[in-house]
Order: sequence, then C-alpha cells, then structure tokens
Amino acid sequence: MTGAFEAGQRVRVKLDFPELRGPCHIRTPHYLRGREGVVERPLGAYPNPEDLAFARPAPRIPLYHVRFDQPSLWNEGAAGDTVLVELYEHWLEGTA
Amino acid sequence: MAHAPSAESVALLDRFVAALVAKGVLTEDQITTQIASTDRASPEIGARMVARAWTDPEYRALLLRDGGQAAEAMGVSMAGAPPLGVLEDTDKVHHLVVCTLCSCYPRAVLGYPPHWYKSAAYRARAVREPRAVLAEWGTTLPDGVAVKVVDSTADYRWMVLPQRPAGTEGWDAARLASIVTRDALVGVALPRAGQ
Repeated sequence: MTGAFEAGQRVRVKLDFPELRGPCHIRTPHYLRGREGVVERPLGAYPNPEDLAFARPAPRIPLYHVRFDQPSLWNEGAAGDTVLVELYEHWLEGTA
Repeated sequence: MAHAPSAESVALLDRFVAALVAKGVLTEDQITTQIASTDRASPEIGARMVARAWTDPEYRALLLRDGGQAAEAMGVSMAGAPPLGVLEDTDKVHHLVVCTLCSCYPRAVLGYPPHWYKSAAYRARAVREPRAVLAEWGTTLPDGVAVKVVDSTADYRWMVLPQRPAGTEGWDAARLASIVTRDALVGVALPRAGQ
C-alpha cells in the first residue's frame, strides 16, 4: 500500500481529541496534536489499532516515522534535539 | 512497581483465558510457548546483534534495514513478534527510546522491560527533558550530538545501535557484546570500554 506522504514531506498532526467524544483507543500522543513535523520515512501499513481495540474490522493504514523539533513542543530544551514518532496516516494532514 | 496479583485479578485472568480458549482464539499450549519464548529473551541477544554489527559491515547493513531479519540471523524466532527497527547512533545523533503511551519495548531481543522503563516518570520526562534524564544516568554526550527521542507509539519496536567506543580495537565479538548493556540498547547509557 502506497501512502499519501513521502519522506521529507512536512505534515501536521490533526488537532483532534476523539477521547472527548466517547470511548476510543488512540496511538497518537496528546503532546503532538496540532503540531507540525517532517516525514522521515514510511513504515508500511498496519491494521488500525483504533478498530482492533474494539474487535472491529481493521483496515490497514499507512504508518510513518515523523520527526518533530523537540524544543518547540515544550518551549524548552536544546536546539537541534528531535522527537521521532510513529503516526498513522489518518492522523496526518499536509501543510500548505 | 510489581505487586502480588490480587485473587480477583487472578480469577479474572483465568476466566479471560478460558473464554479465549473456548472461542478458539488461542490454546493453552500457545500461551505456554509464548511465555517460554519471552522468558528466554534477554538483553544478551541485542548485545550480540550490536557486537556483530560492529565487526561485520554486511550484518550491520541488514540490522539497519530489517531488524527482524537480523534477529532471525542470530537464531531468534521473530514469529508473531512486532517488526523490529534499529536506529543507528552517529557522531551527530544519539537515540533515546521511550513509549509515552504504555510500555512498548523490543522484548524479542531485550526480554522484559525494566521497571523504570514503564514508570510514569521516565515516560513523561524522556520526551520532555531527555538531556536531564540522560544526565541522571550519568550519560553525557559530546558537544554537537543531538538527542533524538524515539517515542514508540505503534506497530514497530525500536532498539538502538550505539557507537562502538574507543579502546575496543581488536576485541572479538564476545568481548564487545559484554560491554553492550540493556540500558545502552535503549539509549539511556553508552557502552564504555572500561566496563
């Protein structure tokens, strides 16, 4: 499965909090919601854990390693440090 | 921290396993086999993989391309295990592995995670103040080395390939493996020739 994003592309994590709307299982950390990063590389496609957790049919969704600037996530830290996180495609949107 | 399981939780587990078996999801034998496999895994496996990568360029390339295949090449069964990714430390970047959401850990090649890896403090702080966490481990990085925190959130499990330390010239793979600790394989410590 080829995903919508490729290495080097800038992406934004959706600013969404489904946990406020009802029971769910989400693998996207809170601290990244609404943040921008850069796709480091595609990691393949995997059954959506948000469905697996509730024993629903789970379509495979492309997964990416996305790199974020670490100090700007927390307003502290050392310049140049980064955070690398696995994120599923349905949580990512392109940036203009 | 580990507590003795309560009678209620043991009873709940028994009922859960019985339900899984009754529904044909898995068998008691599969559970026993998986527990045995997890019990067999230890950081010595990861250490041997790193030592071989330090001495064998072809294996190093395989390790970085497909950690699962590299583990299989060392005789580790990766059947049913999540994909294993290996991240290479360089003169410019040092990797630190954490799972902020739970406790994802490359058990197939490192065995059970230590208690601190699962603690709320490590999970919260590794991603927010990684350099302070490293300092508390006594780990200081040379100037010009960036920290790359790897938050293990999904299907992969991640292990670090540390840099081979100075002072290990001429060592064989077994001696090299002896200085690659569990902590170095997730990046809170660095291998040192003097260990």
